[in-house]
Amino acid sequence: MTESVAIAERLSASSKQCLGVRGLSKFFGDFAANRDVTLSIDAGEIHALLGENGAGKSTLVKMIYGILKPDAGSMELLASAYSPNNPGDAKSAGVGMVFQHFAVFDALTVLENIALGLEGRFPDKALATEILEVCERYRLHVELDQRIHDLGAGERQRVEIIRVLMQDPRLLILDEPTSVLTPQETEQLFTTLDRLSDEGRSIIYISHKLDEVRVLCDRATLMRAGQVVDVVDPRQESTRSLGEKMIGERLSETKRTQTIDAQTNAVRFSVRVGDVYPESTRNVVLTDVYLSVAPGSILGISGVSGNGQDTLFDVLTGELTLPTPDSIILNDAPVAHLDVEQRRHKGLLGAPENRLDHAAIPELTLWENVILTARHTRGILKNNHLISGKSAKAFAEEVVTTFDVRTPSVNAKASSLSGGNLQKFLIGRELLGNPKVFIVSNPTWGVDAKAQLFIHQMLLKLADQGASIILISQDIDELLSVTDRICVICHGRLSRTFSTEEMTPELLGALMLGQEIDS
Amino acid sequence: MDYGLLSSIIHSILVASTPLVFAGLGALIQERAGVLNLGIEGLMIVGALAGFATAVAGSPLLVSIFAAALAGAMLASVFALLVLKLYANPVATGLALTLFGLGLAALAGSQYVGQAAPQVAAWNLPFLSQIPVVGPALFSHDPLVYLSIFTAFVIWWFLTKSRSGLILRAVGENHTSAHALGFSVRGVRFLAIICGGALAGIGGSYLTLVQTPLFVEGMTAGRGWIALALVVFASWRPFRVIAGAYLFGSVSIIQLHGQALGVSIASQWLSMLPYIVTIGALVIIAGRNDLTQKPPGALGSIFRESK
Repeated sequence: MTESVAIAERLSASSKQCLGVRGLSKFFGDFAANRDVTLSIDAGEIHALLGENGAGKSTLVKMIYGILKPDAGSMELLASAYSPNNPGDAKSAGVGMVFQHFAVFDALTVLENIALGLEGRFPDKALATEILEVCERYRLHVELDQRIHDLGAGERQRVEIIRVLMQDPRLLILDEPTSVLTPQETEQLFTTLDRLSDEGRSIIYISHKLDEVRVLCDRATLMRAGQVVDVVDPRQESTRSLGEKMIGERLSETKRTQTIDAQTNAVRFSVRVGDVYPESTRNVVLTDVYLSVAPGSILGISGVSGNGQDTLFDVLTGELTLPTPDSIILNDAPVAHLDVEQRRHKGLLGAPENRLDHAAIPELTLWENVILTARHTRGILKNNHLISGKSAKAFAEEVVTTFDVRTPSVNAKASSLSGGNLQKFLIGRELLGNPKVFIVSNPTWGVDAKAQLFIHQMLLKLADQGASIILISQDIDELLSVTDRICVICHGRLSRTFSTEEMTPELLGALMLGQEIDS
Repeated sequence: MDYGLLSSIIHSILVASTPLVFAGLGALIQERAGVLNLGIEGLMIVGALAGFATAVAGSPLLVSIFAAALAGAMLASVFALLVLKLYANPVATGLALTLFGLGLAALAGSQYVGQAAPQVAAWNLPFLSQIPVVGPALFSHDPLVYLSIFTAFVIWWFLTKSRSGLILRAVGENHTSAHALGFSVRGVRFLAIICGGALAGIGGSYLTLVQTPLFVEGMTAGRGWIALALVVFASWRPFRVIAGAYLFGSVSIIQLHGQALGVSIASQWLSMLPYIVTIGALVIIAGRNDLTQKPPGALGSIFRESK
């Protein structure tokens, strides 16, 4: 404790301000990625940088970290002029950065990975001792002899953070640090960050998750189209007001209005299965799953990640077929034995959580990706085996225009689109096939606020047209605003189904932890 | 048992294996940096010719070795230019390098065919070479045999005990991350290719300087390919490259003696043995999900700086 106080005094003695940015601009051709950006960060402050994809946050931090050189403007670090030519300069000046995609090496040990990030250090005993001291101080636990390959995302990030902390930084930049973390890991990260800020170190925190920013950050700078539009105290804002300031327009509230299904008790799609053992032993076993959805209704399935959602999605869409046909009924017909393709012909479509690799092939163009699931519509496949590029492109064009997908053309690779745009495209691809039942998993994961809103409206509109939707999500706000009914999955078991009106975040939380709730 | 025969068999196994040790280590250092160079065969034959030409001209052994290393390194620098700077496909470029090296050596070496290089004197290590049987088998060799083992030790030390070696492994494992940490991926790979080329060149020169003091077109006879297989067999570890090379060398020498003793196994079967062993080793490596036995993560992939 006394040690951290000493450090805090040492750091704050120099100046109250840690980083000052004045009139920074960066142009790529005619495009202004940053225009006249001014920013001030105090010692010990956790400062959020908010903005949509393409608002210029990454460009700004890349200039602060010396990866890009500004075209105009100046920076000041700890009361002296600061203009790094490369990340090495930034490091020695006391700026550290934790990247969104970790710069770690799978086959090397934790110790070797940390040594690589430190100028002139070798993975020996002396370094190991120093690392353990830092780990102790910030309560970060890692096994130095483990190989990165065997670690989860949270532990990999910890390795990166330790690597940066070993350089004794005055300013830390974190780019979307929680996008791959579980809630528990996020909490641990926040504890570490709080401790760093207590020591007088400053933190720039880039995130899409407005809730997190409200809990963690002292101030937030909002960026739009390369410019700073506002600086606010996030603790005085609601998630919604932050979101509105960020995108610069009022977010119309997404709220489910009860429709046809409330009156009729018709069931479009029902599932009643016993135990389902997934192919991979890593996935959770499902036990006694019962659910049903009426036409025009949205059922939400909540739960902490890794509680059987993957297996459930596979069972619902047909990636995992069951030997007992009548355990899943679609329009009074048994379908549990049918595969994805056969179920698709019956009007059951799905959009998996993993956009790249699962829903789309990253290296293929948008129109080629259309063929993967929509090939039986609009003559994309001639005589069942010849691809009509023209029809596929026309279909892709229609998805792009109907669902406002921002892309230069349908010839762009799937991997070149931002998360939100790709998701709009992938959901749109299914919606144009007029699904009767639509299964979607975490559709707004890592998507900016505006695209999120758009995707919610797509789902609501689909329900209004009479489709049955099952929305598997970890986003509680999303579930509460979009669905009609909610149930929770925990250890592969589904809870009782509640109507969304009677559901509260507290109740959801209890269910997610597996507590039994009697009605 | 005739100890004199045993001793001379072991002696000839070491002689047969040494080119493979050099060439294997040359391939290993490149592959640990993520470079797949299928041109080892071409680098070896160019080294063989350069070493031979200087020896015939009367240069001392050291100069011949240096000339062989230089020839290998120069040809390898062409590969480096094509692959690192012009983003050529490394597999196709490596194959072209083999064909180019074989052709170049045949053309430039035609005047040397039929000539003989002076015999390289053996270094009898003091005391050790006096030990009966073991002495003449292991400690009475030309300097290059000792150099090959020393090189393996140096490479092992470099890879596991030096920071530069750690950086080289990092570059071979994940070039994107290495670049993000500020290491020069291209610089590291260039140096690895040059060193690997030099080692392959020395391996080639061993054929013309020691094994058969003659130069013949195409005399490397597939040793470059065996060296590449050896690296996989050795799961990218230097000392295992030596072990593998000696195993391969043993098979070929024992096969010769076996024929002399009238063992009736077709020599083709014995010639196949090293490859069968390699395939077996590959299957075992693939089956064991042990990361330390796996190829470097970025092996054979093209590095571009953009993004």
